[in-house]
Amino acid sequence: MFLLLTPALAVIVALLVVPLLWLAWQSVYHNGFTLENYRRILTEDIYWHSFLQTFRIAFIVTAATALLGYPVAYVAASLPRRWSIIVLAMVVLPFWTSVLVRAYAWLILLQRTGIINSTLKSLGLIDVPLILVNNEFGTVIATVHILLPFMVLPLYATMQKIPAELTMAGASLGGTPSHVFFRVFLPLSLPGIIAGAVLVFVLTLGFYITPELLGGGRTFMVSMLVSRNVELYNEWGAASSISVVLLACVFAIFWAASRLIPVERLMGMR
Amino acid sequence: MNIAKNIESVGVSIRNARKSYGAFHALDDVSLEVGAGEFVSLLGPSGSGKTTFLGILGGFVQPTSGSVFLGDRDITYAPPHKRDIGIVFQNYALFPHMSVGENVAFPLRARRLPKSTWPARVRDALSMVQLAGFEDRRITELSGGQRQRVALARAIIFEPRLILMDEPLSALDKQLRENMQIELRHLHQKLRATIIYVTHDQREALTMSDRVAIMNRGKIVQIDTPVRLHDHPTDSFVAGFIGEATLLPVEQAGAEYVKLGSYLLRSAHPVPPGKEIFLAVHAEKLLIADDTDDGFLNRMAGTVTEVLYQGESARVFIQLDDGTRLSLRQPSNHTGLTKIKSVGSRMTIALHPQDTILVPKASY
Ligand SMILES: Nc1ncnc2c1ncn2[C@@H]1O[C@H](COP(=O)(O)OP(=O)(O)O)[C@@H](O)[C@H]1O
Ligand SMILES: [Mg+2]
Repeated sequence: MFLLLTPALAVIVALLVVPLLWLAWQSVYHNGFTLENYRRILTEDIYWHSFLQTFRIAFIVTAATALLGYPVAYVAASLPRRWSIIVLAMVVLPFWTSVLVRAYAWLILLQRTGIINSTLKSLGLIDVPLILVNNEFGTVIATVHILLPFMVLPLYATMQKIPAELTMAGASLGGTPSHVFFRVFLPLSLPGIIAGAVLVFVLTLGFYITPELLGGGRTFMVSMLVSRNVELYNEWGAASSISVVLLACVFAIFWAASRLIPVERLMGMR
Repeated sequence: MNIAKNIESVGVSIRNARKSYGAFHALDDVSLEVGAGEFVSLLGPSGSGKTTFLGILGGFVQPTSGSVFLGDRDITYAPPHKRDIGIVFQNYALFPHMSVGENVAFPLRARRLPKSTWPARVRDALSMVQLAGFEDRRITELSGGQRQRVALARAIIFEPRLILMDEPLSALDKQLRENMQIELRHLHQKLRATIIYVTHDQREALTMSDRVAIMNRGKIVQIDTPVRLHDHPTDSFVAGFIGEATLLPVEQAGAEYVKLGSYLLRSAHPVPPGKEIFLAVHAEKLLIADDTDDGFLNRMAGTVTEVLYQGESARVFIQLDDGTRLSLRQPSNHTGLTKIKSVGSRMTIALHPQDTILVPKASY
């Protein structure tokens, strides 16, 4: 029986465990054991700044996907099955286009001479074009767009399992629709919110292409820190230590979330 | 605070209610008058429209036409939360994220009653259902029977004028179900609330109700007291649905007589009009005849084909000489059992004219 697991295990060890160990090793070994790389992360402003900005963006993106995704999932879950599939398909469809393509599409929409600015201008709402891109705002918009399905799908899965009788019972017992929503439906959909939030948050932490293209150099996320260290300065040790810290953050988040809801649910396996 | 003293029950009146899904009528022109404090059961096969009926009363289903009155208030278009109807759902529908106490207090919170009044009322409601002291339990810690009681406490705490129950006991095992039936009956007497109770278990309906409405294909085909339903079914559907009845086609042979094959049977009830008439023979009403019987009883002779011993009674299958099959139920006391002949031997059976129930063929 367990022999069947061997090939998969081998692949995981070769492609995941070994590189990770190599990464960890590199971060502490440079002509002998050293914590220099970690000392630098803790002391230098640029690192602090980048980690802070990354977490802030991840936080904003998570909140925005939750606010946008909740109504979508709610509608999908309350529609008859045939229609809910259509709504979900519309959410997931962009998912199959490349991240790169979508980043450029947003660039075209949001830039100074883009559709949004030219429309607002022709409507006379603005005189000077708004700076919608090449900053944190552009990064957030595009990231929210890309990660929305990761919020909607776990939310939908959770909501769909909330029995209709519960809201009916709430109403029959005298609860107004909003009372029933806040006292019954929302608390029962909380595991879906947590699962979606963890996924979106963690994925945003590691986002690279989107902030690179839409951040305009003003957004400097941790992933970019890693790539700069390797590409510009050939500093593998520094890059590794940043990755290790980021990985530790991700594990910490998963650990914290798993105390709230079961891990299977967190990973989308129910 | 005392729930029992405060409930002021009202009658319910459903007038010509219809619910259509496309061309299909889930509920077809149904009218029902339920008196204040009455316990009425809706009994019918699955798909006959019972849940739809409760949905219209509860406000979850909009009737295609017709109206619903609670007392003299027209509630046809009132939203569910403004109806003040306590509902016990089939799967309890308890809120899993709340404790027992929070579940039971939900109607009080929803009505924005002062928080200081809650504990006493929750305690009162829980003790009504024999769950005193269960306030802090989680729902997941409760057994099926206990969940049922919590659902009940939650539905009566706000002193609803009408209580609806949709197969509330169907998920419980037999023993518990029978105990709960008796408890519900007592609770009804204590609360004097109007109760409409849905079930597909005829024994349950007959045990608990003042009146039982038999439903089939979206219609109420008969509404009567349990005794009348059993002895005076309106047609072959009701006769076949209630009790262990065998329906046999018979021919009219005079004002009080029908012919079953070569037997002439006398009925104490008028023979119904119409061409197709059935004799409804309830297994428990068929007697094993002996020589002491007077000529008053209808007698038939046949061969015993099978005997099933079922604990409190035995069921005997008999084939009449013309091939008609019947079954009778004999209580398993010593005298009763010794009367049963062995398989293959001949036996004479008898039916009292009062028990000779004749029904017209159901027209649907
Ligand atoms: N939303 C609906 N759409 C179409 N048909 C329905 C709907 N709800 C109920 N029905 C149909 O109406 C009939 C009565 O259903 P129901 O009231 O649930 O019966 P019961 O509770 O007696 O089993 C069934 O045939 C069912 O399929
Ligand atoms: Mg039903």
